[in-house]
Amino acid sequence: MVDTTTTTASPGSRLLGLTTLVGLAGLILFAFVLTEPDVRLHPTTGEEFGQFDAVRLLYLHVPMAVLTYAAFLTCAVASAGYLLKRRPWWDVTAHASAEVGTVFCGLVLVTGSIWGRPVWNTWWEWGDVRLMTTLVLFLLFTGYLALRRTPAEPQRQARRAAIVALVAVLDIPLINRSVEWWENRTLHQQSTLAELKIEDLTLFTLMLGLVVFGLVFAWLMLHRFRVGWLEHAQAGHEVALAIAERHAEMETLDVDAAIGRTGGAR
Amino acid sequence: MLNREVRQMRELFTDAGLVATRDLRIEARSRVLLNQVAPFALLVLVLFGFALDADQRTLRTFAPGLFWVTVLLAALLAVQRSASIEHADDAHTGLRLSGMAAASVFLGKAAAVFIQLMVLEVLLAIGIVVLYGSELDNPVLLAVTAVAAAVGVATTGTLYGALASGLGARDTLLPILLLPVLAPVLIGATRSFDDALGAAAVDGWAWLGLLAVFGLVATVLGALAYGAMIED
Repeated sequence: MVDTTTTTASPGSRLLGLTTLVGLAGLILFAFVLTEPDVRLHPTTGEEFGQFDAVRLLYLHVPMAVLTYAAFLTCAVASAGYLLKRRPWWDVTAHASAEVGTVFCGLVLVTGSIWGRPVWNTWWEWGDVRLMTTLVLFLLFTGYLALRRTPAEPQRQARRAAIVALVAVLDIPLINRSVEWWENRTLHQQSTLAELKIEDLTLFTLMLGLVVFGLVFAWLMLHRFRVGWLEHAQAGHEVALAIAERHAEMETLDVDAAIGRTGGAR
Repeated sequence: MLNREVRQMRELFTDAGLVATRDLRIEARSRVLLNQVAPFALLVLVLFGFALDADQRTLRTFAPGLFWVTVLLAALLAVQRSASIEHADDAHTGLRLSGMAAASVFLGKAAAVFIQLMVLEVLLAIGIVVLYGSELDNPVLLAVTAVAAAVGVATTGTLYGALASGLGARDTLLPILLLPVLAPVLIGATRSFDDALGAAAVDGWAWLGLLAVFGLVATVLGALAYGAMIED
């Protein structure tokens, strides 16, 4: 049966999209209006210090970083699933999550860099281990996507992409633990969420950011998966169409005349 | 039971030896490493000299990094060559029909690339001593680092070489896929060489640990994953 779907939207995905938009508006309100800037007073000199308004970028940066991990881990699980089961569903999921994850990872690097300029006084810090390992992760998945765009037989490409993803994802524990393992080689602060060292509204906005970006991730994944699935269905459809055409040619062939000609040649 | 496992292991390494010998014999006859890859690597060293305005003090300071960047660039050529051997005359089909385990083929090919990289590294070490004026402060650390890094590069390169082979645009795909994976080797080997060449005050032996772990993980992962690469 031929799939005649012309859109990747459905009532459910439209509702999800709408919820995501409302959530994003709420997040912007909390992050840029309702929360206070990070201003502290030096205990002895009384001078103001802190991250000031730059701290607001962290309400986007941190949730996007978490979703980057989630996307790449989804890609790794789906890649392992494909190698074990060899079902296209796993492969399309891996491809979709890698694309969404690469976009998130790129945004994490960009927002981090913009935040770093006023706070660390530099756009880029070569000595920061977490920054470097995140950049390497971005480059690893850029390579993954390059492999995905290379023309190749689908099963062969899927198998090789799965191995690239499983190797690339080994970088995630390094990024995650880098602030603990290389304390003196990073400007990133150690985990504050686990110890609840941050204030209520800040914590709420961070959590809201996680939920909202989780919705963005789900919405993007849903549509990207459906695009991938349609591509997969189209490839199968083209093969089926070509086979049907060959069959039709065979049926309309004048068999007797063909045999006669062959016989004559002998 | 134990005997069977010992026999299987012996067979694994014997087959790997056969594959490595074959690859090295092809190299000895074609001389691609000596006639093309080694001159390319030395050329890169010279170009770095031009780019840094031939200031020997600067070159001596950055020699470890320049050395390893050159090794990685030359390794790309060696790995591409190693993978292309299998596609010439459909050799990989013959290899699959031989019944050898995929892990044996992987270990054999990686061993051949490793030996070629070691030859390159010796030539490049002479190059940085002569051209950049580097001094071998700690030859033992230098040698062990060179071996550990070459294991990591050879095994990872062999896996990714097979991965990119048989696909369109494989020549441009291999560097994009391989170089980010080799970033830890570049960092670890450069820091270790910083110590061995007296270019910076770092603990080279600690970085050597990173290289050893990388080499071990890459060898095990490569041996496990190579089968999926040569299925087709």
